[in-house]
Amino acid sequence: MAISTQLLDDGAELIIKVDGRFDFSAHQTFRRAYEAVQPAPLRYRVDMAGASYLDSSALGMLLLLRDHAGGDDADIRIIHCNDDVRKIFTISNFQRLFDIS
Amino acid sequence: MHPDLNATILIAEDSAGDRLLLKQLVRSLGYPVVEAENGQQAVDQFARHRPRLVLMDALMPNLDGFDATRRIKALAGEDLVPVIFVTSLQDAASLRRCVEAGGDDFLSKPFSAVMLAAKLNAFLRMGDMHRTVQRQRDEITLHHGRLLRDQEMAKRIYDRVAHAGCLNLPNIRHHLSPLAVFNGDVALAATGPSGNLMVLLGDFTGHGLAAAIGAMPLAQTFYGMVGKGFSLREVLVELNSKLCEILPTEVFCCACGIDIDFAQQKMQYWNGGLPDCLLYRAASGELESLASQYLPLGVRPGADNDLQVEIVNVAPEDRVYLWSDGILEAANPTGERFGETRLRAVFAGHRDRPQSLFDAINRALADHIDDQALADDLCIVEVTVVEEARFAGMAQSPSQASATAPLDWSARYEFRPDSLRVTNPLPLVLHNLLEISALRPYSGPLYTVLAELYSNALEHGVLALDSAIKATPAGFAHYYQARDQRLQNLTEGWVRIGLHCTGGDRGGELQIEVEDSGAGFDLAALTRSADVDPGRYTGRGYPLLCELCESVRYHPPGNRVVASFRWTE
Repeated sequence: MAISTQLLDDGAELIIKVDGRFDFSAHQTFRRAYEAVQPAPLRYRVDMAGASYLDSSALGMLLLLRDHAGGDDADIRIIHCNDDVRKIFTISNFQRLFDIS
Repeated sequence: MHPDLNATILIAEDSAGDRLLLKQLVRSLGYPVVEAENGQQAVDQFARHRPRLVLMDALMPNLDGFDATRRIKALAGEDLVPVIFVTSLQDAASLRRCVEAGGDDFLSKPFSAVMLAAKLNAFLRMGDMHRTVQRQRDEITLHHGRLLRDQEMAKRIYDRVAHAGCLNLPNIRHHLSPLAVFNGDVALAATGPSGNLMVLLGDFTGHGLAAAIGAMPLAQTFYGMVGKGFSLREVLVELNSKLCEILPTEVFCCACGIDIDFAQQKMQYWNGGLPDCLLYRAASGELESLASQYLPLGVRPGADNDLQVEIVNVAPEDRVYLWSDGILEAANPTGERFGETRLRAVFAGHRDRPQSLFDAINRALADHIDDQALADDLCIVEVTVVEEARFAGMAQSPSQASATAPLDWSARYEFRPDSLRVTNPLPLVLHNLLEISALRPYSGPLYTVLAELYSNALEHGVLALDSAIKATPAGFAHYYQARDQRLQNLTEGWVRIGLHCTGGDRGGELQIEVEDSGAGFDLAALTRSADVDPGRYTGRGYPLLCELCESVRYHPPGNRVVASFRWTE
């Protein structure tokens, strides 16, 4: 599991890229990836192109990001999900909370 | 990192010259030295001083270096005590003997001071590391033991909260790991007052105590509400808001709940975040998915309006299967998941004997993952639909029936002005009565009887209000105005409620005796026809009491009444 970040658009957008298994072991790294960014970005993109799997604690981490980014007002897109990952989002109905593609 | 300078070194050497030389060298490096002139002495010195490292000559009288090394290594146990052979032997066979005896390294005679210093430092550092690892291992063992004890205690508390339910009914089969609570899995079942059965299977995010902690309020709320007759939707809305309130953002509960109405043979269900649970149709062998259409519980507060349950018709022998994602994801040693195809194949293979489906699914899972311990961690519940009468028989479980001993008791309450003014004592009295399981089915009529007797005692007895005032609409309002006023100003008077209960689950009698501080009334009026106003009762109060009770007897001068309520099996 690896997390990398990239700031775009003069710091308005933060891309968080997840590679490998997205599970509890990513907890600290994933949090650090967005908490340290000052000033806070306006938009977030979580790029799942390299994510092979996610478990329920990964869903929990995404909820934490959502809280951090403003809760119901958060602008978070989760992009490049493979079929397995997308299925997990579908079962938990996270498309109600995130823009998932 | 410099090695510990308090580390004592044992020098075992039969040649006095070599021993002196070694001693001076080791001391010059800063380490204390103990000496031995032969193998036996070396073993004795080791036992006495527990040196950190041994410089061992191979050939010595009275136990040679090889045997001495063996014994020292045995004495050292799991401590790392490096033994360096200091020897003039050069041939491979001899060196092999050194290694076989447990020697860690060699130093050839004549030895170089630099080489000795390097080896000593290296081995002592290794010894330090070994001790650090040992200490940390011991600490971890200690912490782990403590954690297990904590979990054991948490489990005992959890069991008391969660096992108030009826998972052991004959039409429910479940498999829940003994430590499932620490996997975040929870299964709850309870019957409602209308004879319905509600089952909830939940899977909390994460593992360990953090996951277990949410199960407590979940179970308590579930049992409390189902027992009081709330609907599945109401229970879920409350569970969601409770979990949102108390759980941290990243912890939530994927859950599937069902509510079976056996009288109407209908089932309500709701799934938020669990993989498809299944409804097996006994008649056709078809499987219907109870698919997740909602966010898990505890994710978003106030999602009340969008939370809806589905309703389907069911028939006897239909079976409902609830499980957490562990079932489909259970992987075999090569990482292949059990998956839906294998699951459906089990159903297809048991078309003619659905009663063995539960065992077959568990067996197929265990075969697939080839590890019983892992299979034990999975959580699965099967609920079979039965006829209403059959379920009613089951729900009267023997454990519940035998739990109540034969009854024979009395209780008295006296409510005085301060209480009468501000509180309604009826819920308290009723609550205590309903602790008796045999009386629970009669909570409605009991409340009516108590309320009727109490309000008569209070209003016509203690407050001396004449019910004749209520005859006209204006009088009606006046009556309640006067009631409030007199109650506000009440300084003396009392209502006593006495309860006498005899019998058991198979039937019995509850005598409710209500006495007040008032003057009583003309008892003769009661014996006249019911539509004649007896002074205390307007309308249908008295006939209602007579209808609900076996007998209602007033005692002169009319301020004491005894109502007898009977129940049968």
